Amino acid sequence: MKWYIARRAGASLLTLFIATIVVFIGVRALPGDPAIALSAENPSPKVIQAIRHEYALDKPLPVQYLAWLDHALHGNLGTSPKTGLPVAQTLAERIPITLELTVLAMIIAVAIGLPVGILAAVKRGSLADYLASTTALAGLSVPHFWLGILFILAFAVDLQWLPASGFVPLTDPTANLTHMIMPAAVLGIGLAAVVMRQMRSAMLESLGADYIRTARAKGMSEGTVIGMHALRNSLITVVTVLGLQLGVLISGAVITEQIFVIPGIGKLTIDSVFSRDYPTLQGVILITATGYILANLLTDVAYSLLNPRIRVSGGAA
Amino acid sequence: MTQTMTQPGQPRLEVQDLRVRFDTDEGSVLAVNGVSFTLGAGEVLALVGESGCGKSMTAMATLGLLPPTATRTGSIRLEGEEIGGLGQRELRRIRGREISMIFQEPMTSLNPVFTVGHQIGEVLRRHEGMTRKQARARAVELLDLVRIPAAATRIDEYPHQMSGGMRQRVMIAMAVACNPKVLLADEPTTALDVTIQAQILDIMRDLRQELGTSVVMITHDLGVVADIADRVVVMYAGHVAETGTVDAVFANPQHPYTLGLLGSVPRPDLVLADAQDRLTEIPGVVPTLRQPPTACVFAPRCPRADQTCLARMPELTETAPGQRAACVHPGPAEAEQKEAMRV
Amino acid sequence: MSSIAATATVAPARRGSRLRRRFARRPVAVVGLVGVCIVVLVALFAPLIAPYSPNASDYHAILKPPGTSGHLLGTDDVGRDLFSRLVVGTRASLTAGVLATVLAVVVAVPLGMIAGYYRGWVDPVLSRITDVVLSFPFLILAVGLAAILGPSLVNAAIALAVAQVPMFVRIARGEVLSLREQEYVQAAVVNGAPTRVILFRHMLPNILSPLVVQVTVAIPAAIIGAAVLSFLGLGVQPPTAAWGTMLSEAQQYVSQAPWFALLPGLAIALTTLSFNLFGDGLRDVLDVRMRS
Repeated sequence: MKWYIARRAGASLLTLFIATIVVFIGVRALPGDPAIALSAENPSPKVIQAIRHEYALDKPLPVQYLAWLDHALHGNLGTSPKTGLPVAQTLAERIPITLELTVLAMIIAVAIGLPVGILAAVKRGSLADYLASTTALAGLSVPHFWLGILFILAFAVDLQWLPASGFVPLTDPTANLTHMIMPAAVLGIGLAAVVMRQMRSAMLESLGADYIRTARAKGMSEGTVIGMHALRNSLITVVTVLGLQLGVLISGAVITEQIFVIPGIGKLTIDSVFSRDYPTLQGVILITATGYILANLLTDVAYSLLNPRIRVSGGAA
Repeated sequence: MTQTMTQPGQPRLEVQDLRVRFDTDEGSVLAVNGVSFTLGAGEVLALVGESGCGKSMTAMATLGLLPPTATRTGSIRLEGEEIGGLGQRELRRIRGREISMIFQEPMTSLNPVFTVGHQIGEVLRRHEGMTRKQARARAVELLDLVRIPAAATRIDEYPHQMSGGMRQRVMIAMAVACNPKVLLADEPTTALDVTIQAQILDIMRDLRQELGTSVVMITHDLGVVADIADRVVVMYAGHVAETGTVDAVFANPQHPYTLGLLGSVPRPDLVLADAQDRLTEIPGVVPTLRQPPTACVFAPRCPRADQTCLARMPELTETAPGQRAACVHPGPAEAEQKEAMRV
Repeated sequence: MSSIAATATVAPARRGSRLRRRFARRPVAVVGLVGVCIVVLVALFAPLIAPYSPNASDYHAILKPPGTSGHLLGTDDVGRDLFSRLVVGTRASLTAGVLATVLAVVVAVPLGMIAGYYRGWVDPVLSRITDVVLSFPFLILAVGLAAILGPSLVNAAIALAVAQVPMFVRIARGEVLSLREQEYVQAAVVNGAPTRVILFRHMLPNILSPLVVQVTVAIPAAIIGAAVLSFLGLGVQPPTAAWGTMLSEAQQYVSQAPWFALLPGLAIALTTLSFNLFGDGLRDVLDVRMRS
């Protein structure tokens, strides 16, 4: 198994490396003089010169890239020309917020999706299955930014139970949660639908396998057959799927933060595009890609831990 | 350790007029149509037939393991007690304990995420109330019993670490763990190499000897039947075509289908004696029944078929001492030659 | 050899009618199909259906609720008829969705097939590239592309297409990988058929099923994606009518005029639901055939 992890880690590193090149080139592909793009409004020629020097803009492209990469590895992602603050600092402030949102969303998704998916599979074809599957499909089809607006309408405007927008740090847990619960629910519902469908499909496949027939022929109780034999096999698939959904979650976070005005990196992305704050944009994309690649690697590791066929190398064919 | 519960003369397993019907998207399928047989203590009964004749369904029906789309009627008695009408809860007490089953594909019949020891131990903990330690020790003994080397280490291995033959032995160990009265073996050797096949049959023979288990051996391979079975039931399209002792049926087949089956097996000894120069094939395929048959179900493929065969489906009757066949023209091959000569 | 080819692809006419029958037996899928047809028709005949020009503002009729005389579904914040805007908006959504998917298919499928067939160095390189594309969450990717290319419907479609490519590549490649072991392919190779013929005449028809299923998943995903981008201001630019932009305009009037926010979202939801139901039904029907 160690080989497997080493190989995956190597592949991830390579992917990350190429991704950084892509990001680098992407920003350089922006219209206009990069030096002006990287500076604040109406820069003086002296400022432009300084920026040209700092970012090595007069050197050939590969040299620029290496300089940039060198900076990045030392934690220097440049300075935002709009706020004047180091990009790395802004990111460090905002990442935990988006992280909290994502984690809450995942908890909601698993708490709803997992049991419903199992139920739908076990009671396949019944009314319960039909309702659950249709609801899941509806959950997938509803654009979650619309869902967000609906939630605001229902819970903030009509019922006035929850605040419509804004964010309070975790130092005040209750206030924090009341602000986060709606956006997390909005994100979580879409994910719950995916989890439910994947779980149902994985369980159906497990339940149709020969080893389930064997377990029943041994006289094991239905609880054991479903809860142990089938579930254990399905979990492997679902964990993998959850890992892959992280990208979708981050995308969702971008809009959700916009609607609910939550100062996470999602909102930062949008703001920086519109304010032409390219160092920040670059930093955000870089960090997001890195985090995502890392998450994928972790999912692979989890998969190999859960699947004995990989964890314990095979003996005879 | 022998079975002591069976009264002398009483069959251990008795199946009467078993019928299984499936309701599918495209209509009903009658998979098993009035199958009856008995199984005595320590006896090996072979259930023979081509694919699709309903032999596996018969076994699954016995254990109540049919899918929800299936309806079953008929009586199943285990040592005189009717188990056909039992609910799932009671059936679960019988499965793995009184009646066990092993299947054809050892690769997929074992759960890939649990160790071999766990899967054997499960049965012991559930039916015999053993603790984990006790179950583990007994599981090692069982692996020894089925001749798996280094049982004490192998017990912690996963199925994918074992060969097909070893996996099938694990299945057998699981099945005999609680010393069941009846073992249903659904084509246990079909997916294995011939040499491994012989080993598995050896183990089964020994177990029958040591434990006194009665075995229903489902197979399409007549070689296996000759090797291990005492009596045989030949099935066709969900019906019983012929039944009798293996010796009698092989020497003096009554039903033309049995004749055809035997004729399609290469027999080097007969070839040497100039008694078999061509393999016979039975033209056509096994039909899928959707309605109860109004004619003999084998008639379309039968060389002896005539008007009487198309009148109704023949009953199983004694056509030779100790042998029964469902045919209006039963008897050995000479009868066919006489027919051919008459035309 | 002709019989080998024939067994691989069942006579199309017979297969088609069997599929149609099985599909018709699933009412939910039929509902989906009907929904899709309605959406397509509305998009095609939008100017004929819409009572008003979508950009005609009427400052005397601002934020009127549905049922107001002359405005079936009400008006927006500058007095434009919502019904007309919704109808015309169908075009933007459908165009984006279909364009993005078509672009993705046209690029991804041949690439995937080549990678799966030749293996060699093409395969690992393509895998790396798709990995890299996949390492950017879709919206981040779209935002980045929008920053470089500038916001517009077409650029949004391009960004969406890029996000869809990895999935299509994976399907095409996977199917070709398994198909190339099939006997009829090996027979064709032995008979000296050129690769072009093998790929496009023998294999392509057989990988159509999973591709078609993926298309029915990709289009609604692209529609939502386009709506998201428009919502954020990175797709369709105002004043062009598009569901996503309408939603973003409606955001500030949520308490005064809830229908303004509800209706465009409902349009998106119903459209995607129709595609999803249809796609699900199609997958069920084709899956059974693939397995048998």
